[in-house]
Amino acid sequence: MTTGGQKREVFALAALFVAIAAVTVIGFAHDWKPPVASEEGARVDSLIRYLLFATGAVLVIGAAALVAFLWRYGRGLPSPAPRSDPRLERWWSLVPVLGMAVIAEVGVLVKGLPVWKRVYGAPPPGALVVEVNAQQFEWWVRYPGPDGVFGRRDPHLVDATANPLGLVPEDPAGRDDVVVRNALHLPAGRPVHVRLRSRDVLHSFSIPEFRVKQDVVPGMITAITFVPSRAGSYQIACAELCGLGHYRMGARVIVHPAEEFDTWLEGQNGALQ
Amino acid sequence: MSAEAVHAESFIRRYLFSTDHKTIGKQYLLTAFFMGLFAVGWSILIRIQLAWPHANLPLLSRLFPGLYQDGVLLPERYLSLVTMHGTVMVFFVISFALVSGFGNFIIPLHIGARDMAYPVLNMLSYWTAVPACILMIASFFVPDGAAAAGWTAYPPLSALPQAVPGSGWGQTLWLLGMALFIASFTMGSLNFVTTILNLRTKGMSMFRMPLTVWTLFISSVLGILAFPALTAAAIMLLLDRHGGTSFFLPSGLVVGGQVLEHSGGTPLLFQHLFWFLGHPEVYILVLPAIGIAFDVVAVFGRRPVFGYRTSIWALLVIGVLSMIVWGHHMFTSGMNPYLGEYFSVATVAITVPFAVLGMNLIASLWRAEIRLHPAMLFALAMIAAIGLGGLGGLWLGTASSDMYLHDSYFVVGHFHFMIGVVTAFGIFAGTYYWFPKMFGRMIDQRLGKIHFWATSVGVFFAFIAMHFLGLGGVLRRTYDPTAYEYTASVTWLNLPISIALFLAAAAQVVFLVNFFWSMFRGQKAEANPWEAATLEWTTPSPAPHLNWRELPSVFRGPYEYRTDGRAAGYRSQVVPDEPPAEVRA
Amino acid sequence: MTTVAMGSSETAAPVAHWQGGVSPFAVSWQKLMMWIFLVTDALLFAGFLASYGFVRLASPAWPEQNEVFPMLKIAAMTFVLITSSATMATAVGAAHRRDLKRAMVFVALTALGGLLFLLAQATEWATLIAEGARLTHNPWGPAPFAAFFFMITGFHGSHVLIGVILLTVVALRLWRGRATGMGVEVAGLYWHFVDVVWCFIFPLFYLL
Repeated sequence: MTTGGQKREVFALAALFVAIAAVTVIGFAHDWKPPVASEEGARVDSLIRYLLFATGAVLVIGAAALVAFLWRYGRGLPSPAPRSDPRLERWWSLVPVLGMAVIAEVGVLVKGLPVWKRVYGAPPPGALVVEVNAQQFEWWVRYPGPDGVFGRRDPHLVDATANPLGLVPEDPAGRDDVVVRNALHLPAGRPVHVRLRSRDVLHSFSIPEFRVKQDVVPGMITAITFVPSRAGSYQIACAELCGLGHYRMGARVIVHPAEEFDTWLEGQNGALQ
Repeated sequence: MSAEAVHAESFIRRYLFSTDHKTIGKQYLLTAFFMGLFAVGWSILIRIQLAWPHANLPLLSRLFPGLYQDGVLLPERYLSLVTMHGTVMVFFVISFALVSGFGNFIIPLHIGARDMAYPVLNMLSYWTAVPACILMIASFFVPDGAAAAGWTAYPPLSALPQAVPGSGWGQTLWLLGMALFIASFTMGSLNFVTTILNLRTKGMSMFRMPLTVWTLFISSVLGILAFPALTAAAIMLLLDRHGGTSFFLPSGLVVGGQVLEHSGGTPLLFQHLFWFLGHPEVYILVLPAIGIAFDVVAVFGRRPVFGYRTSIWALLVIGVLSMIVWGHHMFTSGMNPYLGEYFSVATVAITVPFAVLGMNLIASLWRAEIRLHPAMLFALAMIAAIGLGGLGGLWLGTASSDMYLHDSYFVVGHFHFMIGVVTAFGIFAGTYYWFPKMFGRMIDQRLGKIHFWATSVGVFFAFIAMHFLGLGGVLRRTYDPTAYEYTASVTWLNLPISIALFLAAAAQVVFLVNFFWSMFRGQKAEANPWEAATLEWTTPSPAPHLNWRELPSVFRGPYEYRTDGRAAGYRSQVVPDEPPAEVRA
Repeated sequence: MTTVAMGSSETAAPVAHWQGGVSPFAVSWQKLMMWIFLVTDALLFAGFLASYGFVRLASPAWPEQNEVFPMLKIAAMTFVLITSSATMATAVGAAHRRDLKRAMVFVALTALGGLLFLLAQATEWATLIAEGARLTHNPWGPAPFAAFFFMITGFHGSHVLIGVILLTVVALRLWRGRATGMGVEVAGLYWHFVDVVWCFIFPLFYLL
């Protein structure tokens, strides 16, 4: 190929790599995320900002080196003879080793672990305990009622309209349980401990605006804790493939100002009345 | 047996049931292209649905009556499309082409052997793979359609036919197809490892092997260690589906209004077994692509690889780490959160050896004399893809950010970079590089460059943009991404992503036309058109049966380009040094 | 040994058997391949046993094995299988010394041991099935107990059966003077593997 042809191609290739880096950096710098509405979510966003800067820096350095070498050594200018130099190669490998090790583990240990412990650790005293039940393709929320105890359930008693959770009528603890379809009412500023149960297949309870997500596994109770930070209306989306209705398995999260939440809850009737 | 005597063979023995590793490699490559037509076709239907989720498309209804009804794609069929696209791409396209195809073709040639250690077993491995392909495609034509539980096939969804259509016969055929695939891949791995250990020619020490062979070696070892877990999982899932067992099914399940009789099992067990294979599997695919990139960069940069030994150490570390990090696919699964902490710390450690590889690839351009052949273009773009995919992986490997990003399009963008771009570019680089040796003809370079540019622009834009969709919270496997209000500000990206991918798909037509036309009508190739130093270029193009008249001996490493001071020179691995002053016999 | 000219990045003192042209572990490709195959097969059983452990640890209750199984009989089965490994080792030694008749006798004894093991396992199954155990049902507690029992012993038993068939073929070839020492040794590797797997199944499933 002609030298002119190769020079044009190198220019095009360098432009491609610069464009890729630019689209990536500019695109990632824009905040695509829905506005955050939980305390843990704010910490997740902080972790994401760290990752953006750290990985962005590595990307820019790598792209610059790639383009620089392409430019210097791709356009037909003579280049000095290369030599295999194992010592040089070993010393240079310390750069990515130390650099990435620090970037990666600082992210996990310093920024990430504290959030993890808050979401998965024991709920603080005074947390509101709520049970969220997933099934194909809707969500049923249960509050334990004034007695603070969830009533027993039996899958054989499940009736889609009259008794969707299969509550056992003989159990007094269940009489005051409040059962709500496709709506999770929560108080702002108070920790919430969500216990998750599935009736049929795997689902995943996610509230993107809170940045939390937890799979709902049949046969076990999974749980997370978080603190909604401001009143408003948000969405639950199922985040684990669960069948043909997976894409529309949503529900509302309604965060009340703290004082109003208790009023709302007291106004609900028990499920078995 | 002399090469001449063997050639008195029928067409069937020679081309269909050949035991020659080169023919088997080409069979795998062509089969991969064939399966790729299906997998890409399904992805086009997926992208049409995502770009225009509310459109009525009567033409598609007429073309695919099983998938569309009244111009609308059925949600369960959409799930079959994403399931089979993923399954076929991972196992029947990328693995077939990169590992089985190039592995079979190049390993004996690179190490100076006449064939694999057990050629008959090699032939059997291919002919076990073929029925696997048939089962996968046939699964679209059974009642209730192809498997629809994702390529990950998590139970209970995949275990219960009443949970989604597609978990009927479709899922069973999927499981049987996968069992055959695993048997085939295992047979191949047995050959690869044995051959690389035992059949290297005189002078071909481990540290003189090209990096292509090293990566294929590590991939094969990973396959040997990791696939059995998926075999166990598949057997137990088949038993849960057809034997009434409850390995993965707990008690109290209510599906379709019925309380099921299962009890005692747990869905998490399947996830652990699946990902114990699933994670090493992605390195089985990515490593050979990187190995090919190193070889191509050396040849077309006219200099030794920077950090040949440090790269081998990095590859070995990646291999070991890859087996102990599978839980990063399960951060939100409900497994013990302490396990999550461990898996996160271990997972992000993998970025370290990957950064070494990335640096070595880039540094192999320092003091190079770059020739922009299509193979080199793909290898260079692969470096960019490794960077983007690898760095995105850090966001997912950190457990707390994964809490937000898990199961979103961020994951889809990430793995398409690693398994879609890095591996596919490895296949393309390998094809353009080794085409003369495979078919004795040159593949057209101009069409190759058009293929490169159209593909690159399409895939880089599309998969970067998918990260933005994921940051916006758009979830994967969703038939209609506009169903949730909170995604309203980002779903517009789906249309340009689809257009970019249609462009990339069209570019593959150029590639296939170029490939087949050049195979029959390309300019005849000489033995060493690239002035390369490795062993395959010391035999005629195409490489003859039994590879060499006399097996070569090896005197140096694989990348001695311009290292002896001569301007454009290179020293082949097989040419002896001039004798030194003293020779001890 | 002739010195081989080396590239600039080589170490000064090469290990001869890694320099190419010879097998680094000094084994034939057949033996190497059998070893690698046995690794995959071992990992398949490891997958089953690990799954069994996972489910058992997650289960609130689990049957008492010595109330379900006739432990003396199981111990006898174990003894037979271990003894058959000893007869196999004798056969391999004889085959390498080209004493084909002795090798054939001991291969046949090994196959016989395997057959005895299989018969005992079959009666075991018949007894448990008569008591109501199925893949889907366990009279003594959680259903997966029975499912794992049948699956794991079934897989192991089919491996024993394949081994018996393989050994029969080897014995026939020895009788006709057409077997090599290496062929017998490779078969022996497979047989020892089958024994080793049982030595994991027995304590993990029956004792602990």
